Amino acid sequence: MALLLKGSPDLVLKSGRPKRRRKAAVSEASERTLVSPLALRHPGGRLLYWLIFVLLLVSTLSTLGPLYWVFSGALKPTLELFETPPTFWPMHPIWSNYIQAWNVLQLPLYFMNTLILAGGAVFLQLLVSATAAYALSKLRVAGKGIIQFAFFSTLMVPPIVYLVPQFVNISDLPLINVSLFNSWSGVWLPEAASAFNILLLKSFFDGIPAELTDAARLDGANAWQMFIQIILPLSRPVLAVVTIFTVIASWKDFLWPLLVLADSNLQPLTVALYYLSGVNSNLPFNYLVAGLALASIPPILVFLILQRQIIRGVNLTGLKG
Amino acid sequence: MELSPSSLPLPETAPESLGKLAQRSGTRSSLEKMPVLQMIKRVIRRNVSGYLFLLPAFLIFGLFVWYPVILGFIMSFQSVDLITPATWVGWANFRAVFSDPLFAIAWRNTLEYTGYALLFGYAVPIILALLINEMRHGKGFFRLAFYLPVMMSPIVTAFLWRWIYNPDSGLLNALLNLVHLPGGLWLETPSSALPALVVITTWSNAGATMLIYLAALQGVPAQLYEAAEIDGANLWKRLWHVTLPNIRPIMLLMLILQVIATMQIFTEPFAITGGGPQNATTSVVMLIYNYAFQYDNLGEASAQAVLLFLALAVFALIYMRMTRRSMEGD
Repeated sequence: MALLLKGSPDLVLKSGRPKRRRKAAVSEASERTLVSPLALRHPGGRLLYWLIFVLLLVSTLSTLGPLYWVFSGALKPTLELFETPPTFWPMHPIWSNYIQAWNVLQLPLYFMNTLILAGGAVFLQLLVSATAAYALSKLRVAGKGIIQFAFFSTLMVPPIVYLVPQFVNISDLPLINVSLFNSWSGVWLPEAASAFNILLLKSFFDGIPAELTDAARLDGANAWQMFIQIILPLSRPVLAVVTIFTVIASWKDFLWPLLVLADSNLQPLTVALYYLSGVNSNLPFNYLVAGLALASIPPILVFLILQRQIIRGVNLTGLKG
Repeated sequence: MELSPSSLPLPETAPESLGKLAQRSGTRSSLEKMPVLQMIKRVIRRNVSGYLFLLPAFLIFGLFVWYPVILGFIMSFQSVDLITPATWVGWANFRAVFSDPLFAIAWRNTLEYTGYALLFGYAVPIILALLINEMRHGKGFFRLAFYLPVMMSPIVTAFLWRWIYNPDSGLLNALLNLVHLPGGLWLETPSSALPALVVITTWSNAGATMLIYLAALQGVPAQLYEAAEIDGANLWKRLWHVTLPNIRPIMLLMLILQVIATMQIFTEPFAITGGGPQNATTSVVMLIYNYAFQYDNLGEASAQAVLLFLALAVFALIYMRMTRRSMEGD
């Protein structure tokens, strides 16, 4: 339930031009902040500025330091890893640890599983949320108020609250008596229900001018054609936001896949690493460290590549990763 | 039968797609003569595409949200173990849950988590955002560096910090030794284990909240700062009277959201301390997990979950109130 409704009325980017104007306004605003540009020209102000700069730089060590610790630790032999005090530089870096870990920990399998789980999550969430949001925003639906209440009131119920009945539910689905235990759909389907995505997409669709859809209607387009040819192409930015945050959430997902996917051939990376790093695992410690280092590369890459979209997503939605 | 003008059905000849235009010109006379059955048919036909588009969401929400939520309430009054059929037990689950000494411990711990999370988890992102927003250099780098932990898999984070806190080969004690400070048994001591876990949650979540605050700070109008400056307001006064009031709605929302999120803490104690030492880090959600999946007592686990839901609902209601007010405010 990490969301912020405050943003929803503002997140409506109408069409090309107002968006650009909005961006310009933002960049203008960012030029002037709390500290006046004048104060920064004074020697005293300059000194303070650079002091804070250095302070921030040092505090980035709190996040970059641990990362360095994993990546350098992965190059050490296991014995060196258990030394007291620990060595800050690996004495004789063993680069092959990374290759060994890749194979011994079966990382390709788990990366693949993670990718499949994320792909399915994105597909289903977009399918379910976009169609529902479109119906609520642009189509005539009797009882819209009740339907919206039924969807959006679930925002108040965090999934952890119905974790146990959900588990009972997927082990024996009502009416059809199918068990989704130990299958990817057991993870995909429950997570496809996202009231927040419906809300987000609906607010965006609401901002698409009615003239466009009315014109299409007069031209004889049916609801499906309007959805595919007008609504979806105009909503690329918000669809990208939903996609990125779904991928991140799926990447970080732990408890539910842990419960559903008991078969180690189906598990995503988080679950596999939980078992591999557990007390009972008898893996060489340095392989494990190397495996964890490798597992932290994709999110770093994703953020580097999609940084702009993620920040725009946060600006649009106030959505937390 | 009375119908408000807005729900007038379309005349049969008008194509449904003509929408509101046709709706307005719909003839009233044909409506009065229409048989009820035909009218219902028409209502269905007019709504059919809307309902078809809602169908996937109805199926998914019905099967995987609405049904399990109701099932949870039902199960909290039943004895359920997945093997024998469920039987009704009245309030017995709740009585059993309340009489478990771990119940009080888990709730106290959870409140303690929330307290610590508010103590540093709340302030850190605000301060970071305020400082980074003033930077004319390296803004992107700072954003990246502080956001990185957010992207890490929680199990990698858990393992990493278990290792950092390791009394012998861990980074933390090694650094403390460097500056001649005594190290500690961070996760092995009941009094320090819980705050140590909150440090981890802060580390891994602060970046996300920071980005939200940065976005909010960008929205503070520049003219306000300039006007305040002309009026002779110094830096602190500008911070106090311009910046903070402008981001206060976001700060309040983040407060509620962080409380709601922290009260559901699970992964960190589960994967790092296992709830120990001496149950010092057992959280309510961990207790639910243990009841359900260690002791196979799904009924009592559901009773626990219902109690957690009631506690969270209080905050959720405050949150809904606040968002509605801020939306009306726009």
